[in-house]
Amino acid sequence: MQQLKRWFGMVWIIAGIALAIVLFRIALHEMSSKPQIDTQIQWLVFLVVFLPIIAGLVIFGYYALKGEYDQI
Amino acid sequence: MNQANSARGIWRVIGASSAGTLIEWYDFYIFGSLATVIANQFFPKTNPTAALLSTLATFAAGFIVRPFGALVFGRLGDLMGRKNTFLLTLVLMGGSTFAIGLVPGYERIGFAAPLLVLLLRLIQGLALGGEYGGAATYVAEHAPPGKRGYSTSWIQTTATLGLFLSLGVILVTRHLLDSDPVASVRKFNDWGWRIPFLVSIVLVVVSIYIRLKMEESPLFKKLKAAGHTSKNPLKESFGHRANLKMVLLALFGAAMGQGVVWYTGQFYAQSFMENVCHIGFDQSRTILIWAILFATPFFIVFGSLSDRLGRKPIMLAGMLLAVFCYRPIYRQMLHTAEVPAVAVTSSMATDDGRRAIELQNGFRYVEKTEAGNTVALEKQLDNGSYLVMVVLVFVQVLLVTMVYGPIAAFLVELFPTRIRYTSMSLPYHIGNGVFGGLTPFIATLLTTTYSSDKLVGLWYPIVVAAFCLIIGLLYLSNRVNPNVTD
Repeated sequence: MQQLKRWFGMVWIIAGIALAIVLFRIALHEMSSKPQIDTQIQWLVFLVVFLPIIAGLVIFGYYALKGEYDQI
Repeated sequence: MNQANSARGIWRVIGASSAGTLIEWYDFYIFGSLATVIANQFFPKTNPTAALLSTLATFAAGFIVRPFGALVFGRLGDLMGRKNTFLLTLVLMGGSTFAIGLVPGYERIGFAAPLLVLLLRLIQGLALGGEYGGAATYVAEHAPPGKRGYSTSWIQTTATLGLFLSLGVILVTRHLLDSDPVASVRKFNDWGWRIPFLVSIVLVVVSIYIRLKMEESPLFKKLKAAGHTSKNPLKESFGHRANLKMVLLALFGAAMGQGVVWYTGQFYAQSFMENVCHIGFDQSRTILIWAILFATPFFIVFGSLSDRLGRKPIMLAGMLLAVFCYRPIYRQMLHTAEVPAVAVTSSMATDDGRRAIELQNGFRYVEKTEAGNTVALEKQLDNGSYLVMVVLVFVQVLLVTMVYGPIAAFLVELFPTRIRYTSMSLPYHIGNGVFGGLTPFIATLLTTTYSSDKLVGLWYPIVVAAFCLIIGLLYLSNRVNPNVTD
């Protein structure tokens, strides 16, 4: 089980990086296809809010990989 | 005698905390429930700046200010104490809600109107971010050993009851302003929408009075007397690996999935009934009201059960059921709202070129033809279909009670007393405010992008809940901490 927890740490890191890329691409697409100011603000808010959360997921994965959750 | 006093004491704590939290949720929801009316009054679509302020009011309040409020008030709560902090959030929430009811419309004071409303809405978001963590911590720190899930589950009912209260007050006000129903709705849209905001002040004053009489949390008092309170709760919560890893686990292994299940069952369900099934305004709300009414006791049932079985299996079972049941439930909702193949008893043309139709079984709707397509709108379901719809929404709220009932106790037990308020508030408000709050937006975005599948919007809560379920299964412990005194 502890080994599984660690392996999955890598999954969370990769998922975090992939999510960040997908979020950037969607936000850029939406902001360029609908250049109204409220659409831009809305997607900027999403980027500002979600990028730290995604960074949190990557850190979570790193902690898992390093065995921080082995004894929980 | 001591036992009786202690039992009375915990009920006073639960009552005072729950009443205030319920009012805060009520205040927060009436803005959301009246968004269309408020937009007409303060944010005219013809003016781009007003539309921008409207977007900010919608997105910033939920997604940025709520987690920020969790940090600001969480820190205060760990420095100054729980009681004073959640008293402050109540005053801020009540004051800003009352003030929204007093702001003159855009037509009278121009840009000052949307600016004021935006500011007040942000204060609401900030206050909500600070309230929940305080109430949950306060109750949990008073709860007798082995009954923390049960005691905090009363706090968990407040979010749902706040929605129930807001829907009820809006529906009643909407119909009581004139003996003619159409005139009553017109008056409501014109000025009557202010009543639910103004009513809030009475509830808030009563709740402040009750809370003022409460004592500080015994654990916090003890900590303070010993000089062991945290000097820098934010640094201790998020700057130290040992605690940060638990904050991340709370978010990705529990709060994130709980948030999407919660918002799907109570908000997306209503939006789906109204915008996809085309059920009328009143019926879509009364269906939700009945479902909430029948499901609310289950918060207590699952909270109490979590004291015996552990928090983990109940919350994760709720997520698992959500992952597998959402699509069948919503498919059945679509089917139930379809116009039945029953004889027409009356068909009348309306002034706006549409046709009001009533079927033999009591099913009523308005038929509209546009570009060769005929659509059924403003449906009034027959009794049988109405009942089925109540059951389908009830099942969704039941899942909400499974994931939400035990989560306060779960979060409280994860963190030490000295930084509990700060540490539990942030993952809770990111899970609910950000992941949950985005459910209607992302679901609608998916539905408009892939319009051929009316259920495509459900993939967002399903994927997030599945993700959270896997993390929860792998990393969460099912140990129930027998005490929360560190």
